[in-house]
Amino acid sequence: MLRIAIFGATSGIAEATARVFAGEGARFFLVARNAVALSDIAADLKVRGASEVLTRAADLGELDALQGICDEAKAGLGEIDVALIAHGVLPDQAACENSVEATRDVLAINTVSPALLMTRLGEILARQGAGSLIVLSSVAGDRGRPSNYVYGASKAALSALGEGMALKLAPQGVNVLVVKPGFVDTKMTADFSKGPLWASARDVGEVIAAAVKAGKRGTLYTPFWWRYIMLVIRFAPGALVRRM
Amino acid sequence: MTQGESWGGYPKAAQTFRNVRDRHAALSLPPDGTALAFGNGRSYGDVCLNDGGTLLGMRGLDRFISFDAETGVLECEAGVLLADIIDIALPKGWFLPVTPGTKFVTVGGAIANDVHGKNHHREGTFGRHVLAFELLRSDGGRRVCSAGENADLFATTIGGLGLTGVVTWARLQLKRMGSAFLAGEQIKFGGLNEFFALSEASAATHEYVVSWIDCLARGASLGRGLFMRANALSADEAAARGAKAPIVLPLAMPLTPPISLVNGLTLRAFNAAYFYRQRTREAARLWHYGAFHYPLDAISNWNRIYGPKGFLQYQCVVPARDQRAVSEALLKEISRSGQGSFLVVFKVFGETTSPGLLSFPMAGTTLALDFPIKGATTFALLDRLDAIVCEAGGRIYPAKDARMSVETFRRGYPRLEEFRKFVDPRLGSSFARRVMGTA
Repeated sequence: MLRIAIFGATSGIAEATARVFAGEGARFFLVARNAVALSDIAADLKVRGASEVLTRAADLGELDALQGICDEAKAGLGEIDVALIAHGVLPDQAACENSVEATRDVLAINTVSPALLMTRLGEILARQGAGSLIVLSSVAGDRGRPSNYVYGASKAALSALGEGMALKLAPQGVNVLVVKPGFVDTKMTADFSKGPLWASARDVGEVIAAAVKAGKRGTLYTPFWWRYIMLVIRFAPGALVRRM
Repeated sequence: MTQGESWGGYPKAAQTFRNVRDRHAALSLPPDGTALAFGNGRSYGDVCLNDGGTLLGMRGLDRFISFDAETGVLECEAGVLLADIIDIALPKGWFLPVTPGTKFVTVGGAIANDVHGKNHHREGTFGRHVLAFELLRSDGGRRVCSAGENADLFATTIGGLGLTGVVTWARLQLKRMGSAFLAGEQIKFGGLNEFFALSEASAATHEYVVSWIDCLARGASLGRGLFMRANALSADEAAARGAKAPIVLPLAMPLTPPISLVNGLTLRAFNAAYFYRQRTREAARLWHYGAFHYPLDAISNWNRIYGPKGFLQYQCVVPARDQRAVSEALLKEISRSGQGSFLVVFKVFGETTSPGLLSFPMAGTTLALDFPIKGATTFALLDRLDAIVCEAGGRIYPAKDARMSVETFRRGYPRLEEFRKFVDPRLGSSFARRVMGTA
């Protein structure tokens, strides 16, 4: 029975991933800002088979509290088998371009907060000598594009941090996995019109859960073919990327 | 954005789609025009469509709220699929009290259409097992409805086709089921007299009863078919019979063929082969619940087989009084037309009254079948069937309809005027505008 800590537990992808593990009787420690949504998700996971669901309402943008929350997760679960970091915002790119404050806020919640959590959780898992640390990054971090480079930059930092930690912590029995979803139909992307490249949160959650169970580390594109799309985009000439 | 199609692929409609993801939030209404809750798009015609208006996508409300494995009482959001309920309840010895022929419908959709199943003669409709639900109205009202509280909204919302408000969550009473298996018999019958005799004899002994009919058979073979009856097995009985869950292959209809694959030739061949495949008159059968209740769910997008023009599903019920003669008249009309499909369901409903003002089932015989759309001849045939049904005092099932007339609906649903008073002024559907004359 897995013990799972989720930061940003109301994220659509995190919830879909949690449902897979709930069906197998997992125990959870869920952290999110919205206490009502958190308790709804906790109730749902229990009906789906979770053996216990602990919740902690917290604003993960309050950076000073993060280390303490990681320690609470460890204390609540005993051991952490899986830590999933899933919170983040999709900012208004145009607003960020003309506002230092808006850009700072995005980087604080999308980059600094997850990076601090990764650091502390990496320590905890390394001390356990086992566990998986999963961070939701994005394909947008693979190349800066005019339409969303602030979001892309905020995720690129997580990708680099996670890739490095994966190599560093592997000998200590810790699997660090950077997940790079493509377009996923969640509340974060509610205003986008959806086309054939879009995946459901459920499909992405199932892929993540399977990767965790298989002990995968490094980088996971989901759906998998985004790896090839992004390979092309990374090496595309600037003249082409300018329009993306 | 345009999204939202019904299962029959007819009619086509264009509407704005808004996803609902938070049951605590106020109703998300467009600035003008009407809205309609849209579940999983498994109703066949236009009850789930709102051409020119807005659809509220309810699949985002897919959380369970509570489940008591001692009492079988389950609370969940309206966008939860019946399939999801089976997944969590069956391992604990519970099953849906009533299920339609697909498990890919939402709880909200099952309430709005007050769906029925193969155990109607025992358990009545789905709505009879709904203990309570919450209804959101456009005036901002949020009401818990049950037989004892807001009883009028309870009775109008069950079978109310989504027009009385939006259901956010529901409390259901599930039914004990000790295993995933059913046992019973499949019996060939040569005609309607035999069918009605078997139905009468089996009602008391079997919980689930349904028949397939060869809709092209005529003359002496008119009304021939296969009668299926079953009871759920306890865990011990299933083990004693060595029942094993089947390996289900992921089958799908990958694309829509340019023309319907169901036509006179393929149909006659199919029907004859299906009828004669069983050599003996009676065969004992053991079914997994999936194969028994949801044979078509095994093939994703089976509806594509009918080609781009789509199909019309037709389901009527005729009162018990003249059921034998009226059924014969309907079958003769269909057989003479040479239209129809392989998928024909025939069943005797029980006496149990439905809780909804506009619920479809009544004591009598129901016939359901698909018709690939071949243009005006198909519509004319269904109008002739409507005339026979109306004359007999029967009615047509809205969940499957895309073409009945205002008059046919009015005659079939005498409580329509009472129902109108409870329609939410900001909600509407293509069906309501077509047959109820509402906005």
